[in-house]
Amino acid sequence: MFENLSEKLEGAIRTLKGSNRITEVNVANTIKEIRRALLDADVNYKVAKDFTDSVKEKALGQKIQIAVEPGQMLVKIVYDELTQLMGGTKQDINLSGNPAIVLMAGLQGSGKTTFSAKLAHYLKKQNKRVLLVACDVYRPAAIEQLKTLGQQLDIEVYSEPENKNPVEIAQHAVEYAKQNKYQVVIVDTAGRLAVDEEMMDEISRLKETLQPSETLFVVDAMTGQDAVNTAKAFYDRIQYDGVVLTKLDGDARGGAALSIRAVVDRPIKFIGTGEKVGDLDVFHPDRMASRILGM
Amino acid sequence: VGKSKVDDEVLDELENILIAADVGVDTTLKIIRRIEARVQRDKYVNTAELNRILREEIAALLAENQTEELNDFELPPRDTPYVMLVVGVNGVGKTTTIGKLAAQFKQKGKKVMLGAADTFRAAAVDQLKMWGERAGVPVVELGMGKDPASVAYEATKRALEEKADLLIIDTAGRLHNKTNLMNELAKIKRTIQKLIPDAPHEVLLVLDGSTGQNAVIQAREFTKVTDVSAIAITKLDGTAKGGVVIGISDEFKIPIKYIGVGEKIEDLQIFNRYEFVDSLFEENA
Ligand SMILES: Nc1nc2c(ncn2[C@@H]2O[C@H](COP(=O)(O)OP(=O)(O)OP(=O)(O)O)[C@@H](O)[C@H]2O)c(=O)[nH]1
Ligand SMILES: Nc1nc2c(ncn2[C@@H]2O[C@H](COP(=O)(O)OP(=O)(O)OP(=O)(O)O)[C@@H](O)[C@H]2O)c(=O)[nH]1
Ligand SMILES: [K+]
Ligand SMILES: [Mg+2]
Ligand SMILES: [Mg+2]
Repeated sequence: MFENLSEKLEGAIRTLKGSNRITEVNVANTIKEIRRALLDADVNYKVAKDFTDSVKEKALGQKIQIAVEPGQMLVKIVYDELTQLMGGTKQDINLSGNPAIVLMAGLQGSGKTTFSAKLAHYLKKQNKRVLLVACDVYRPAAIEQLKTLGQQLDIEVYSEPENKNPVEIAQHAVEYAKQNKYQVVIVDTAGRLAVDEEMMDEISRLKETLQPSETLFVVDAMTGQDAVNTAKAFYDRIQYDGVVLTKLDGDARGGAALSIRAVVDRPIKFIGTGEKVGDLDVFHPDRMASRILGM
Repeated sequence: VGKSKVDDEVLDELENILIAADVGVDTTLKIIRRIEARVQRDKYVNTAELNRILREEIAALLAENQTEELNDFELPPRDTPYVMLVVGVNGVGKTTTIGKLAAQFKQKGKKVMLGAADTFRAAAVDQLKMWGERAGVPVVELGMGKDPASVAYEATKRALEEKADLLIIDTAGRLHNKTNLMNELAKIKRTIQKLIPDAPHEVLLVLDGSTGQNAVIQAREFTKVTDVSAIAITKLDGTAKGGVVIGISDEFKIPIKYIGVGEKIEDLQIFNRYEFVDSLFEENA
């Protein structure tokens, strides 16, 4: 299981051998390799450093079991620690309220519209009456995109093509949902950069007005070092409840998952594993840990 | 980097800046080693000089355009349409970049046409048509669900018939680890070549500026199937720096041509290596 990383650690393992305890000296190379693996996986460099520091602390003085290679033992500590960090208190999506409101937020192209449809499909299968709402009034054909997906799924999409005010559209949609006995309202929004004051103000007004039971921050698994800045900036404005990690069907190692978890204490609730509406999965911290470590 | 002497502390700080800009460990170490070598050679390097050296060393890693640095939106003179195939993973900004490019070349007096060969992603054709309208250029489409290679063929045919100067073909986003989708790109290329044997004249790989080290694999895999000849980096209007392209340009010798700096039609710039290097060291707003 730990093959790849262990291979890289070969040299480091050799230095650890001959000692029956993990010490500051013999651990240094191994820690360096682990940090390197995390950086290659796009874990933010500060997060990687804090993480390996804390792993080192945990490892120091631990007795090396005869059956296990010391290098492997360290990797195991790292793996467990990673899994725990990304797992913690696993919560389901909160669908309280009548209707329950789910609000999407995130950078451009992260997968919000696709995920909105996926979630609608997922909840419909649980016999919920779901309404999709098109609140991206900027991107060319954003409304059409959501409508197409809605049609494929036989799920109604609420939109007001002439209205350029997403807050108003969302409010009207909730009224409409109440009148038509929808149980869940999923609000798709435009992509935005955290530095775009006007757009960040818009998403925080949406959140204020709608008081959603669940606000989800949708992130591309390929995101690099900037994931922490964006995750933090969005969190500061809208205190989202959970994270969605998309495009995990690719081969990105997905260090963003760890970075985000380290800067905001919010669980990853779903992952996107493809372009089709069925390609949604719940998040498995242990699998993500293996992936980040390249195992 | 604000000290007067180049010591380990300065180099460590430099390393952090580069890593934080997504330059990646390998390329960062390569840059640091080059700096170290130069510092050792010319004994009295201070930090002011370091900035200059750094600029030079990083710029040197960025592959050059065939002849000289591109200064404007220009096309080499040709008898048949210049065909540009735009590729990349999902959501990076291909369609938007095409809309922006169309507007730029149209402004330069070129006859531009677009081909809607993303027939897969919901409303992809509608999106490109809206960009076509914005830029004031025609879009060749066969509707959704059609064979992308057939659309590319039709678009090339129309571009020839109507003596267009430039045809830009949009393709569906695809992850590079999906073999069948990657093969589809090779098929599109072969189909275009039935009409214009030396086309596509440019394969533009679009990379999202906020992507980390996976962009290196993207570049490798797309290059394998389509001979990527230029790169566009998008979304540099945010806090992400896009530093991963340094290693990509160095390793695959692909020039970076354009940068996307917003969602509006005018938000496309010609890549300037020195400005790009400077932006790596700018504090985030
Ligand atoms: N392979 C793969 N592609 C995905 C996944 N999720 C979304 N996509 C694709 O990513 C691209 C962008 O997805 P969208 O849903 O349009 O993203 P968005 O966040 O709504 O984009 P904007 O509205 O422009 O900000 C599309 O090509 C989707 O098909 C996923 O889990 N895997
Ligand atoms: N801020 C910013 N957003 C951009 C830029 N370029 C594109 N976008 C946005 O990124 C999102 C995705 O852009 P598209 O052009 O649809 O990307 P694509 O690669 O064609 O996506 P698929 O066809 O789904 O693979 C849209 O919301 C665009 O407005 C840019 O330079 N800056
Ligand atoms: K930037
Ligand atoms: Mg969208
Ligand atoms: Mg597109």
